[in-house]
Amino acid sequence: MAKHETPLLDQLETGPWPSFVSDIKREAESRAKNENGIDYQIPQDACEDLLGVLELSYKHGRTHWKHGGIVGVFGYGGGVIGRYCDQPEQFPGVAHFHTLRVAQPAGKFYTTKYLKELCDLWELRGSGITNMHGSTGDIIFLGTTTQQLEEIFYEMTHKHDQDLGGSGSNLRTPADCIGQARCEYACYDTQALCHDLTLEYQDELHRPAFPYKFKFKFDGCPNCCVASIARSDMSFIGTWRDNIKIDQEAVKAYIGGEFPPNAGAHMDGNWGPFDIQKEVIDLCPTKCMWMEDGQLKIDDKECTRCMHCINVMPRALRIGDDRGCSILVGAKAPILDGAQMATMLVPFMKVEEPYDEIKELIENIWDWWMEEGKNRERLGELIKRQGFQKLLEVTGLDPDPRMIQEPRSNPYIFWKEDEVPGGFKRDINEFRKFHQR
Amino acid sequence: MAFISSGYNPDKPMGDRITDIGPRDFEEFYPPIIAKNKGQWLYHEYIEAGVFYHAAESGDKVFTVRAGGCRLMSVSHIREICDIADKYCGGHLRFTTRNNIEFMTDSLEKAQALKADLESRKQPGGSFKFPVGGTGAGITNIVHTQGWIHCHTPATDASGPVKATLDVLFDEFKSMRLPAHLRVSLACCLNMCGAVHCSDIAILGYHRKPPMLDHEYLDKMCEIPLAIAACPTAAIKPSKIEVDGTKVNSVVVNEERCMFCGNCYTMCPSMPLADDVGDGIVLMAGGKVSNRISAPKFSKVVVAFIPNEPPRWPKTTETIKKMVDAYAKGANKYERLGDWAERIGWERFFEVCDLEFTHHLIDDFRDPAYYTWRQTSQFKF
Repeated sequence: MAKHETPLLDQLETGPWPSFVSDIKREAESRAKNENGIDYQIPQDACEDLLGVLELSYKHGRTHWKHGGIVGVFGYGGGVIGRYCDQPEQFPGVAHFHTLRVAQPAGKFYTTKYLKELCDLWELRGSGITNMHGSTGDIIFLGTTTQQLEEIFYEMTHKHDQDLGGSGSNLRTPADCIGQARCEYACYDTQALCHDLTLEYQDELHRPAFPYKFKFKFDGCPNCCVASIARSDMSFIGTWRDNIKIDQEAVKAYIGGEFPPNAGAHMDGNWGPFDIQKEVIDLCPTKCMWMEDGQLKIDDKECTRCMHCINVMPRALRIGDDRGCSILVGAKAPILDGAQMATMLVPFMKVEEPYDEIKELIENIWDWWMEEGKNRERLGELIKRQGFQKLLEVTGLDPDPRMIQEPRSNPYIFWKEDEVPGGFKRDINEFRKFHQR
Repeated sequence: MAFISSGYNPDKPMGDRITDIGPRDFEEFYPPIIAKNKGQWLYHEYIEAGVFYHAAESGDKVFTVRAGGCRLMSVSHIREICDIADKYCGGHLRFTTRNNIEFMTDSLEKAQALKADLESRKQPGGSFKFPVGGTGAGITNIVHTQGWIHCHTPATDASGPVKATLDVLFDEFKSMRLPAHLRVSLACCLNMCGAVHCSDIAILGYHRKPPMLDHEYLDKMCEIPLAIAACPTAAIKPSKIEVDGTKVNSVVVNEERCMFCGNCYTMCPSMPLADDVGDGIVLMAGGKVSNRISAPKFSKVVVAFIPNEPPRWPKTTETIKKMVDAYAKGANKYERLGDWAERIGWERFFEVCDLEFTHHLIDDFRDPAYYTWRQTSQFKF
């Protein structure tokens, strides 16, 4: 018998998509039965109370969680988000229900051995409810008491060689796409770079010293599966600067219908036979492809590497060999001053260990942002406020038309004195000798 | 319950403390076939929705079965995932950015057996535990935020509307028949920790009433200057308010200026916004993050408000379905929803999606608004 009636939530237990309600009930039942004789370190009925408080929100149309208090582990300013229920008498099992962010491994590959260890830890010392994964990428442990925070952190670091992730005005846990681990499009090793920078900047990740949050995300190619261009302060997008490699035999196989276009990703639609002219050549945004004597030709100099032709014919076209990444900066969701897409800052940089060039760029940007950024001002907003020119100045980069969509349409250039011959100091009396008042 | 020590000594917190070790090294988690072929993959191909393989230069093929997962997951559920991975995948698995679970094997036979096993597992109410799909020109898992399960500022729930929407869109998760892939995302307030602002379809929780002011407690619970500074429209001013005969320090809110963002509430718990009828859903459409063919773009607001209708948000899911159906019918192969809307024109988009165009949808927020108005004589009747 469930502790709380949940008639509204129960209606989410039907339909084909997995039901989170059924899953929480499963965990509630497992804790109630406790077949393994676990000495639960937070209330055994936490999951039942979680369902109870959620049902109340479904009834009221409002959340019943209060603000986070200041809780955390000693020496860190992030990784734990305090959470308290605003109906603690009714739902004592979730009265204190803090979140921990657990830094996920790059690429989100796991062994079952490791995941089971985490499950055991979280079952003993928390609610047993997680997010796999949170929006930024961390494993999220959802719900424990203040007393358990240090215990969990101790056990995690001592037994599982595992650290917490970022929250607050910190570097947030960096995240990457699957990259070269299992993708032929990846132009650099996203996991290696993500992991290296995560370790390099552990201090920035755990101890808030920034004006606001800061995110790194790593996409292996311009398909941007991890959405770095939309949601990271620094977005590293794999690219190449030589030629797309063409296997003309495979092109013929696509034309002849032996290989399915777009790797078969349209196989359930009724799209008719593949038409290379219509589906590839005409859709190329720069029109740099054509057929000549049965061969596919690409004027690579005009290619902007949008990935469309490669996506459509992955067995015939491959990314180039002179690979690296583009670095774009300043993306953010709408709060406060509207959404911003990341802006191209470095059109091409090689991605090679120990990544010194990348780190120098990061640190130059941070120095500027930490000096000039206002409280809760994201990098993208600072760039808007102080100007792209200022960004060039602090990073020491040379201007490049690849950084812009188009040149400015106003002539209001803030010329600097040293850019104008003779400077700004002039003699009005000398001027008046030739120009009457 | 008896307290079980981890070994941590509260009297000497720095005693044998380990810090700043970061996440585990990704290399220890690679399945052998991934470790062997990393960086040497040649191509990939879908076998059916949710099942695909990658071929490597070595001649190896890795077969992946992708199953949808609720991002909210119990340890019992994770252990079941682990048992499946132990049985078919040598104890390895991975998660995708969009909360799917990927099981990798080295043969098609194993992948097919794995798929059959995954699809045979049901929850007590009949829902699939591990629906296989979410690939190619279809709809994959909806990424989302916490909502009413664990957040203090949401204007809607997250897991509930996502479950309801994916039940309605389930056929598109199970197939690859759309013109291109279509990404749906949900953020339960406009802080968007889910960054839904570049999705083909975004479900966004929104408040519509200015904060209430708990004057008696405000100065005791909040740093008033921080609350004032948090407001992006400078709608909050300091004020002395009389409460039960005594003057207290508090704030006033210029309600006409409030954009209902909740930033003040994030800074000051004495300024709650949540309201059962004020809160609800905004639908946005036409965003993308990929650079394929066209540049990445933001989603646009296409429905200003739909009330919260727990537990199944029928008006929200029905409106989303209408958009998906109109897109499926009208778009060209490879054309993303936003590209389609731009090609046919937004005036036509509202018509074919059967959506009402209201004044709320015309941007009036600061400078960028101007660039969204029409500065040409070209339009469609």
